[in-house]
Formats: sequence, C-alpha cells, structure tokens
Amino acid sequence: MSLNLIFFLLLALIAVLSAVGLLASRSALYSALYLIINFATVAVMYLTLHAPFIAIVQITVYAGAIMVLFLFVIMLLGAEHIGSLHPQRWFLPLALVLGILLLAEAIIIIFTQPNLLPEAQVISSDFGSPKAIGELLFNQYLLPFEATSILLLVAMIGAIVLTKPEKK
Amino acid sequence: MSGYGIEDLVYILPIVFLLVWALVLVLVEAFTKRPDVTMLLAAFGLLAAVTLSVIQFGTEATAFKEMLTVDGYAVFVYMLVLASGLLSLGLAYDYNRRMGWARGEYYILMLFSIAGAMLMASAANLIVVFLALELLSIPLYVMAAFVPNDASSEEAGLKYFLLGAFAGGFVLYGVALIYGATGATNLMDVVAAALGTNSPVMLLTGAALILVGLGFKVALVPFHMWTPDVYQGAPTPVTAYMAVVAKAGGFAALFRVFIAAFPSVSADLTPVIATLVVLTLVVGNVAALAQKNIKRMLAYSSISHAGFLMMAFVTYGSALYADAVTSLLFYLLAFTVTSFGSWAVVIALEKAEGKGLDFEDYAGLGKKYPMLSAAMLVFLLSFAGVPPTLGFAGKFFLFRTVLEAGYAWLAIVGVIMSLVSAFYYLRVVRFMYFEQGDPEVRSEPVLNLVTAITVVGTIFLFLFSGPLLAWASEAVLALI
Repeated sequence: MSLNLIFFLLLALIAVLSAVGLLASRSALYSALYLIINFATVAVMYLTLHAPFIAIVQITVYAGAIMVLFLFVIMLLGAEHIGSLHPQRWFLPLALVLGILLLAEAIIIIFTQPNLLPEAQVISSDFGSPKAIGELLFNQYLLPFEATSILLLVAMIGAIVLTKPEKK
Repeated sequence: MSGYGIEDLVYILPIVFLLVWALVLVLVEAFTKRPDVTMLLAAFGLLAAVTLSVIQFGTEATAFKEMLTVDGYAVFVYMLVLASGLLSLGLAYDYNRRMGWARGEYYILMLFSIAGAMLMASAANLIVVFLALELLSIPLYVMAAFVPNDASSEEAGLKYFLLGAFAGGFVLYGVALIYGATGATNLMDVVAAALGTNSPVMLLTGAALILVGLGFKVALVPFHMWTPDVYQGAPTPVTAYMAVVAKAGGFAALFRVFIAAFPSVSADLTPVIATLVVLTLVVGNVAALAQKNIKRMLAYSSISHAGFLMMAFVTYGSALYADAVTSLLFYLLAFTVTSFGSWAVVIALEKAEGKGLDFEDYAGLGKKYPMLSAAMLVFLLSFAGVPPTLGFAGKFFLFRTVLEAGYAWLAIVGVIMSLVSAFYYLRVVRFMYFEQGDPEVRSEPVLNLVTAITVVGTIFLFLFSGPLLAWASEAVLALI
C-alpha cells in the first residue's frame, strides 16, 4: 500500500467520522464544530490532489466565514439544543432498510463493474494553481461566473425584502 | 483560445437585456419607491424582451463558448415565459394593492426569475443548468413568502426554500457524478464521452439524480409533497406564476439535457420515466378529487398536468422524440393560457386573509356574474381536455405522439385520468351553476383584461392549432 493511499484512507476516515458526529450530535454547537473538522479534512484532501487554491478557499470561506456565521446564528438564537423529534414509528426501520439496500447496491457496483471511472489523466504542474483557475473562470467559464454574481445579488435583494419591512 | 465577441451578447440579447433592465429597476425602485412605476417599467422590459426574442427567431447558434444554445426551441420557451411574466404582472397589480403589500421588489424579483427560466431553456452546459435553476428558484422562494406577517405565506416560502435547496443539491450531485463519469459538463462532450464508455453506472446515477432534482421543480410524484402547501400558502399571483414558469423552465432544461446528453442510457431510464408519469397522473388526479379549497385543487391539477407533460418524455431515446418535444411545447402553451385564466378568476373571487377560496364561495356565480363564470367554465373544460379548447388540442397531440411511439397503455392511462379530472373540474361548474349563493367579485380592469385575453386565447388559439403546432415543430427541428 502506497503512502498516498494510507494518507487518503486516514483523511477519509476522519471525514466520515466527523460527518457521522455532525448528524448524531444532539447539540447544534457540536454539530457545527464537527462540520468544521469535516471541511478542514476535505481541504487537506484538495491539497493532496494538487489544488492549493481550492483548499485555501475551502478553509477561508467554508470553515472560516460560513461556519463563524453559523455559530453566531446558533448562539444568538439560543438554539444550542435540538429538540427531540418524534418521527413516525415506521420511519426509522424503513430508512434503515432503504439505506442498507443503497449501500449494498453501491458495494456490488463498485466491486463488479470494471472501468467505473475514465482513465486517470496526466495533468500539468500548474493545474489547480490560482493562475490556472483564474484563467478558466474569466475565460471559458465567464458566463457561469457572471450568472453566479447575479444569483448572489438576487439572494441579497430577497433577504433584504424579507427582513426589512416597508416604511410608510 | 479566442476571446468573446459582441455576437455572444447579441445571440442572448433577450436574456442580457432583461437582466440589465432588472438591475436598473433595482435602483429605480430604491430611489423612487413607487411600486406602480416599477410595475409599468417591468412590463415595458418584458415587452421589449419579447420583441428581441421575435427578432431572434430563426437564429441557431451557441454563445459564450458553448455554454448557451440559441435555437427555435429556446426562443419558443423565451416567448412563453415572457408572456407568462406579462400575464403575472396583470394578475399581481391589483391583487398586491388590494391586499396592501404592494412593493416594487416583487416585480424586480419576477424579472430575475424569468431570466432564469430563459437561461434554463438555453443552457447547453450542466453548470449553467444548475445556476439557471437557482436563478429561477431563489426569487420564487422570496415571492412565496412575500406577504408580511402572514404565517401561511411564511410557511410556504420556508417549505419551498428548504425542499428546493435539497432538490438543487440533487441536481448538483448529479452534475458532479456525470463530470466524474465523462470528464465534461458540456452536453455535447458528455454525449461524446458517454458513447465511449462501456460501464454507464456513474452516468446513469448522475442522470437519475438530475431527473430527481428537476422532477421536484416541475412537481412530479413522488417529489410533489411541497406543491399543495406552497401553492395554497403563497400569494395567489405568485402561485399562478410559479405553476407555469417553474414548469416551463424545468421541462425545457429536462428535455434539452436528456435529449442532448443522455440518449445512451435511454433504455434504462425510459421505464423509470413511464413509472413517474403513471404515479404523477394517478396521485395528482385522485388527490384532487378530495379537495375543497380551489387553490389546493388547482395545485393537484397542476401536478397532474406535469404528468401529462412528462408523457412526451417516454419517447426521448427513440426517433420520435422530435414529435414528442413538439407536442410538449404545444401542451405547455395550452397549459399556460388555461392556467393563467383560471387563476385570474380565483383572484377575482379571493378576499383578504384567505377567504373566498372554497368551492362553496363559487355557488351562484353563474347567475350573478355570467361572463366570469362562463370564462371559468372555458378554463375548466380546457383543463379537462374538452373541445373546442386549447387543452383538448394539447392532449390530442400528446396522446397521438405517445400512441405512435408504441405506448398505447400509457395513452389509455392518460385518457382514463382525463376522465377522472373532468369529475373534479365539473364539481366547480356544479357549484357555479346549480347551487344557490351570493358571491362577491372584485371587478378590476387589469384583471378583467387578463381573463379576457386568456379566454379568447383558449378558444381562438384552438382554431389555429395546426399553424401553432407547425410553429412548435419548426422550433424543435433545430434541437436535432
């Protein structure tokens, strides 16, 4: 087993465990903290894939800005504890059965189907560098970039409309 | 790698114009705070965009490095959603003032959302499909929750937002899997790469996830749970708008993506699609039977119409798909005209705080307001698919295509479900004409205009079904 693979498996284990912790935790605060661990682990994965820019963005935007916002909202609303839910009684067994079926299906496919993914490609050394991403973003993907900017503006307008009452 | 030219902007001028116009209106509204002015300017912007689309007819090009395709199919959907936007403005204008929450932002958000629907019809790249879907949806979430201090409107907005975000996640996950399987997000590259693979499991999973996400937007069973609650809780003009435009955008993108990118997995997906169609038809129509509130009834009715529209989809891998898309576009047109008409009548009868929305409130309408109830009768007959209405022509062409494709059993299910639907539509007719009551109707010029236009459209366009179908089929030719 190569060193790369061992490192990946370690990261994957942490990512999966933190995701499970996020779901299982009763406190919204702990859930948010688990999510930060998850984001950070994924950021390290990006680093191992030679994508330093994406890794830094993952840390600063997701683990940083967004999660700080989450934590503030949780604390300001005083919603640390998620009230216990009372789902339908048949919900849990049904979800369990369906989940196991899906997992079994995925395992069978992964181990029986050859060439599930296209061949690995050799990438240039500056793949994933800020320069390469910038060139892609402002050239090939200019339209999606501009569409995203409008999308964010619309979301802002919407948020203001909903929270700020009309002055008479 | 060459850069961009002015022709990129010219090809998608209707969308670019609408977006710039909406941005200008944001400033206009911020400084003038005159909702009436904003509404008039929004209507002007929509009319200008219609004109630009008319000029665009006949163009066949890709723009912005193959991110967007402009063809007859896209332009047809442009015109449809722009016309829907104009009708929605007509529905909202008086209603918003009557209910006392007229705000200019409403019309601006609607313009953004229409631009999103137009982008969906043009999207030739899965990333653009996702972004356009969000641009269509995010204004809708806000518009659904637009009534201040109203619990049911807030509930509608929140429910739509949470489930819609979830559905957006499905689409995005599907796009990621397709990129993993083929290394491409461009529809043409996806189909080229898909032909070379011998193991389409990833591609199939990705396509299925996109089907789920877009199926949510167009309210297919079993992804329809949100529809009755959101349609009932949202302000009625918003309901009318999203019933049509979200469906038009969703189906436009669904058809283009599946026909262009996933013909290789059609054998696996067609049974799934046929099952969705049957489920949607049965659940939509049977649940509509039990409704007493007109908004909920029309919500379930719109679910059942999503089932009819989806029927065209079972042929997508066969040689007949061009016919199928033609009948889809025609049915979409019929549904648009009829749906806006019926919502106009609902708005005319609606009182503040959700009153005037039960079937009982329609009792005696035939005697007191013969014109309005005759209009409603036309719309309900068109929904049920009775001649001489546009709805009949829509169903006729659709069933014919499905029969030609060899899905006789599906056409039979469709006919049976049309009969079931006639039952609940005629219940409203029974209340209007055979029950005693004293309904009160707001007579507002703009609203009456919308009702008149749609009722004339429902009957008059039926007489021109042939040319219209020819137009739709011309629009589709370019898709191939």
